Amino acid sequence: MMSESVPIIQTVQLVKIYGSGENQVVALDGIDLTIDSGEFVAIMGPSGSGKSTLLNILACLDRPTRGQYILAGEDVSGYKRAQLAEIRSRQLGFVFQSYNLLPRLTALENVLLPLLYRREERLSHTERKEKALAVLESVGLADRAHHYPNQLSGGQQQRVAIARALINDPLLILADEPTGNLDSHASEEIIQLLINLNSRGRTIVMVTHEPDMARHARRVLMIRDGKLASDRKNGHHRETQSLASGEGRSS
Amino acid sequence: MIFGEVLKIAWDSLMANKLRSFLTMLGVIIGVAAVIVMVAISAGTEAAISEAINGLGSNLVFISSAFSRGGPTGGPQTMRGGLVYEDMTAIRERISGVAGVTVEQQTSVTVKYENTSLEDVMMVGATPDFPTVRDVRVEQGRFYNDTELERASKVVVLGKTVAGELFGETDPIGQTVSVNSIKLTVIGVMAEKGLVAGVDFDQQIYVPITLVFKKFMPAQFARIMGDRVRQIIVSVDPDADMDKVIEQITLLLANRHGVTLDSLDFTIRTQADIIATQESTTESFRTLLAWVAGVSLIVGGIGIMNIMLVSVTERTREIGLRQAVGAAPADIQVQFLMEALLLSLVGGLLGILAGIGGAYLFERLGGMRTVVLPYSIGFSFLSAALVGVFFGFLPAKQAADLDPIVALRHE
Repeated sequence: MMSESVPIIQTVQLVKIYGSGENQVVALDGIDLTIDSGEFVAIMGPSGSGKSTLLNILACLDRPTRGQYILAGEDVSGYKRAQLAEIRSRQLGFVFQSYNLLPRLTALENVLLPLLYRREERLSHTERKEKALAVLESVGLADRAHHYPNQLSGGQQQRVAIARALINDPLLILADEPTGNLDSHASEEIIQLLINLNSRGRTIVMVTHEPDMARHARRVLMIRDGKLASDRKNGHHRETQSLASGEGRSS
Repeated sequence: MIFGEVLKIAWDSLMANKLRSFLTMLGVIIGVAAVIVMVAISAGTEAAISEAINGLGSNLVFISSAFSRGGPTGGPQTMRGGLVYEDMTAIRERISGVAGVTVEQQTSVTVKYENTSLEDVMMVGATPDFPTVRDVRVEQGRFYNDTELERASKVVVLGKTVAGELFGETDPIGQTVSVNSIKLTVIGVMAEKGLVAGVDFDQQIYVPITLVFKKFMPAQFARIMGDRVRQIIVSVDPDADMDKVIEQITLLLANRHGVTLDSLDFTIRTQADIIATQESTTESFRTLLAWVAGVSLIVGGIGIMNIMLVSVTERTREIGLRQAVGAAPADIQVQFLMEALLLSLVGGLLGILAGIGGAYLFERLGGMRTVVLPYSIGFSFLSAALVGVFFGFLPAKQAADLDPIVALRHE
């Protein structure tokens, strides 16, 4: 895939401004960020801090007003909508807070959906099914392949969504509050699944406002008022981490 | 994206709302069926007309009275004008190149034989030339001759159906029937002819026109009308010059009626004129039908556009998700266009079935002649497809232009 020396994500003075004139809102105000392959990064911050805007830009769903976003060595800042769609198809996988499974499709069909929009190395109908089944199995849902989303629990639905994010073998997985709609048990399951994926080399960027979830990430970014407020490594510094969670609760 | 998958997604989403999809298609179904049925009816009418015209006999010239053309003297002119029986005999005797001349004076009568009685039978008063002029044959017995015409003999020739209904297996020749209580001798039965220009020749009976004047006119009516006839039909000899014959007839009749060529009290039309008139009638009829059908197709298209716009709004989140997992704007556009196209094509197919069925029903129940033309099927189906693409374009564009972030947040 990529050589180790090139970071997966590199942003240079990323600025996003909504509106114009008097009503102009600065959502991101010069973010410089580098994320390397194999990292598990949590982005935290109060609502309105710009963390969702940052994730949307990293996810190639939105474009920065100024600055550069270099994804795996490719500057995508000025890409058109169709080009961004192609990047999403080839390089990225998404996990949403509300799962966003299509209700009329089975788990299997939801998982193979991204394969339909792939531009290169297209697979046959059978190959698509086989691959989707394999990915479903890897998230422990092979026996639920032909169930519809409304026949699955929240945790199961989110696992289907993760399988969908994985099917194109993306460089990067972006998760937006992946446990936001789940009870603590299901949340634990999902976070363990993400940790497992990360331990097998997946790069994961996750937006969350739950310090309990951020605790599992190896690196935590705090966004405030569109600026990067702090950037800490987790794991080896338990005190820092508990401090961070204390900070999160008080705010 | 793979064509088969686009088709499957489109099909599934139409099937998810079967009733709605069907109602949406209804406009197209009606439009396509209308095109097919209307073309079938107009083709059927045309076929019926051309058969009728061929059945009229050949090289015919129709001379009609031009009544109610109140001349300079007003009222009396109306009574004085018009054709009389002697005009017919004059043409017969003095114009060359004429194969036969007849009048056709219809009267509705009741015909009785023993205990059988037929009401509303059309009695035609004509001349012995009638079979020649109308190209009909006598099957049994004979037609009346010139002597019987002059003497106003009480003879009658029956149409095939009338003979069958009155006599069944019995031989009608020489039998006596009573027509409006007047006893007539049957001297012949016509061969089967069928419908000609809406008139069933087999349901008619034929008597000498002189007999009609003498016996079948109410006294007070006869005083006013005398021996007036509505129409004289001339069959021109195939070798003769039609225009020259018409010119001679015109001069002769103008002279007899004492009118100038500018103020004729009769009109002369040839078969060619009648064909032209009928063709232009069918033509404008067909144009009208084409417009009606076209409008219903457009209405169907608007229905498709409407429901597709609703569908785009309903499925905004789905569109956002598809974009998020890699669908390009073009993929989304193609998918919605395919749905619109599918609606119109399935509607078109159902419309073809409805159209063929409708044409059949019109023929069976409506008594109309219909001919389903293959071109109308192809044309209407193609129009339906075009309507689908045309009216699907705007909703598809709207779907493709959705911003994925906004679409994903849509509730």
